[in-house]
Amino acid sequence: MNPALLGLFTIIIGVGGCLGYFYFSNILLDKVIFPATGKNAGRNINRAEKVRPWLFLAPAIIALGLYLAYPVFATIWLSLTDRSQGNAFVGLANYRQMGLDPKFWEALSNNMLWLIVVPAASTGFGLLAAQLTDRISWGSFAKSIIFMPMAISFVGAAVIFKLVYDARPEGTNQIGILNAIWLQFDGGFWSIVILRVLPVVIMLAIAALSAWLVWVVAQPVFQPERERPGPLVSVVRIVAALAAAFVVIACLRGLVGAVTGTYPYGEAQQWLTIPFWNSFFLMIVLIWIQTGFAMVILSAALRGIPEETIEAAIIDGANPLQIFFSIKMPQIASTIVVVWTTITIVVLKVFDIVYAMTNGQWQTQVLANYMYDKLFRANDWGVGSAAAMVIMLLVTPILVWNVYNARKEMR
Amino acid sequence: MDGMAGGKTSLSWVVNISVVLLVALWLFPTAGLFISSFRTADQISTSGWWASMFPQEQNQTLRTDTPGDPADIPQIDDVYTIDGNLFVAEGQAPDVESVQATISVWGTGSRNIDAYQPGDTADLGDGEAITVQSNGDYVWTSAEPQSGRGQRVFTTAVTPPEFTLDNYRNVLFNPNNREGMAKAFFNTLTVTIPATIIPILIAAFAAYALAWMDFPGRALLIAAVVGLLVVPLQLALIPLLRLHNEIGIGKGYLGVWLAHTGFGLPLAIYLLRNYMVGLPRDIIENARVDGATDFQIFTKIILPLSYPALASFAIFQFLWTWNDLLVALVFLIDSSGDTTVMTKQIVELLGTRGGNWEILATSAFVSIAVPLLVFFSLQRFLVRGLLAGSVK
Repeated sequence: MNPALLGLFTIIIGVGGCLGYFYFSNILLDKVIFPATGKNAGRNINRAEKVRPWLFLAPAIIALGLYLAYPVFATIWLSLTDRSQGNAFVGLANYRQMGLDPKFWEALSNNMLWLIVVPAASTGFGLLAAQLTDRISWGSFAKSIIFMPMAISFVGAAVIFKLVYDARPEGTNQIGILNAIWLQFDGGFWSIVILRVLPVVIMLAIAALSAWLVWVVAQPVFQPERERPGPLVSVVRIVAALAAAFVVIACLRGLVGAVTGTYPYGEAQQWLTIPFWNSFFLMIVLIWIQTGFAMVILSAALRGIPEETIEAAIIDGANPLQIFFSIKMPQIASTIVVVWTTITIVVLKVFDIVYAMTNGQWQTQVLANYMYDKLFRANDWGVGSAAAMVIMLLVTPILVWNVYNARKEMR
Repeated sequence: MDGMAGGKTSLSWVVNISVVLLVALWLFPTAGLFISSFRTADQISTSGWWASMFPQEQNQTLRTDTPGDPADIPQIDDVYTIDGNLFVAEGQAPDVESVQATISVWGTGSRNIDAYQPGDTADLGDGEAITVQSNGDYVWTSAEPQSGRGQRVFTTAVTPPEFTLDNYRNVLFNPNNREGMAKAFFNTLTVTIPATIIPILIAAFAAYALAWMDFPGRALLIAAVVGLLVVPLQLALIPLLRLHNEIGIGKGYLGVWLAHTGFGLPLAIYLLRNYMVGLPRDIIENARVDGATDFQIFTKIILPLSYPALASFAIFQFLWTWNDLLVALVFLIDSSGDTTVMTKQIVELLGTRGGNWEILATSAFVSIAVPLLVFFSLQRFLVRGLLAGSVK
């Protein structure tokens, strides 16, 4: 059958089937199984009321169970069996095999880098954009533009940035904007300002901000002003503080590199083949996409801050920086956590960008692409499922945190 | 808040410039692809897209008309003379007014393409000579009848900005182009529409039950939905593909519709429930008192009132299914390639046509255009959905 016809047919069957199911199952319940007439009318109505929620929920529960809950357990099982041995139980052999694969460790360490850089940069840029666009008259237009990449597919974004990173042989005009800009640098005054001084300033700023974060996050655990947070929260805070401390160290090392490193001026660069840095060029794509999301959510949070708190701070003589860090930041902290965790999940699942741009070559492998490689190219379901379980494991803390918060909110 | 911080006016230009920079940074990559899709392959490979707005210098190798039969070559003062315009293709009626390029220098050998100024006469040896004017007019003279192909002339000319729709014609409407996007476009559409509509209905009923019906286990179910929101769909690939193969769906549209429905449900239920909980309780209780059944309350009151939330989710699901690559790769595209979607087609083009930016840019833009259209026309629903959908 023509796929378009099949599609139309499916819409009609799907929509009609859904409506029909809900309509007729309700009629069946009210008229046939528990009719609201006769001597048992009262009891039957109560019984029908008890059953009805499950009628409404049944399709959703079946779909969710089959398409999301069941696969989790099936994947656990697959990761413990070997397809080539007739699905025999092999214990942790797949995990051991994965642990011996250097590509896996490359993917994992790259993923860790992604996990730190992308949420931090997206949230940071988002906060900056939200704060700035709220103050100008054409802010909503600016917001639309920054938000626009959200509508573009990862694959589309990959093509867009492949053009940005494009390199042409020496002697011809560069058509990638990054190389065109790069070739303007010749080691002169402006090269030093932009490639040495500016990175140093930015790294120093990030290092200072991270150091401040270490202090803010760790302080309640080690010097409780009011009361020490619970053990779970303490662990989360210590992990976050360690991650921030790691960023401080990485920034300081990068700072040394920016000052002492030598740059290949005047040569067009194949940006996606430079080991280590190419991961950053891939991350830029995701940051470009996710900043709009962060901006929209944070902008709403910033507008939700009661003005009295800011007025009071101004009357008390606080400067704009103090207002931002001491008044606004604490009030939107929970929103920042939400944005951060949401982007973290996107990062963990990131597949299309790497698949389309480098396919894991030149040491850019990430877990999701590694998993796809194992599942569908190597046809190794055991190791592929083990890799999927690693992704699941990394998501689990966020899952628990979200469920915990949702339950707290409902009470 | 404005003005309260005091230095608003002095800071305002800093803020404006920063935002301009930020917007430019975010717009430029897309703009580059967009502009490139309207340029010819030659233009793209010789200059950056940012140069396309301005007249640009282009090096071209052009030929004079082919001499043809010696008897037909006109003779002026016993000298065989061929004249014409370099920019007018051979055999076309000379339309010198339409030539907009301006030659700055030219030459007759690839070694020295800048040997002559416009108006100079180049000696080609054997009594042959050629004169080229700045607008491309040439006079090729010779003592003997010219023979062979036309004389090559290397020009450096300033050409005005020029854009073309040929790329789109080739990618979308050329039936001979096996890499065209037309089929993939319809395949994507076929995947997207049912995969957007079906989960909405299922989710709406479930969300109503979770929001307004009282039953044991409700809180647990809501928690489960929140938990399933973040379960990576990577886990589902192999178990579900196996399941689809076992029950006979295999790889195909039905499988991908079901998969998208399943993967979209948690967000749908979560969004809709959060919205429905906020609807005024009075309306629903009044309807109950008036004897409406839950089914009637749902279809007559809740569904119409939840329209904004339904729209939000529909946009999300549409963007997500339209832009999806992984689910289509696993559940839809088989070895025949008849059901390929646009994202997969673009990835393939990236592999086989990595340097042909006119094809890549146009194909990518064909796939990006529809989501962008949806985005700009329905942005407020998207924003509302985002605000409601992020787990607080």
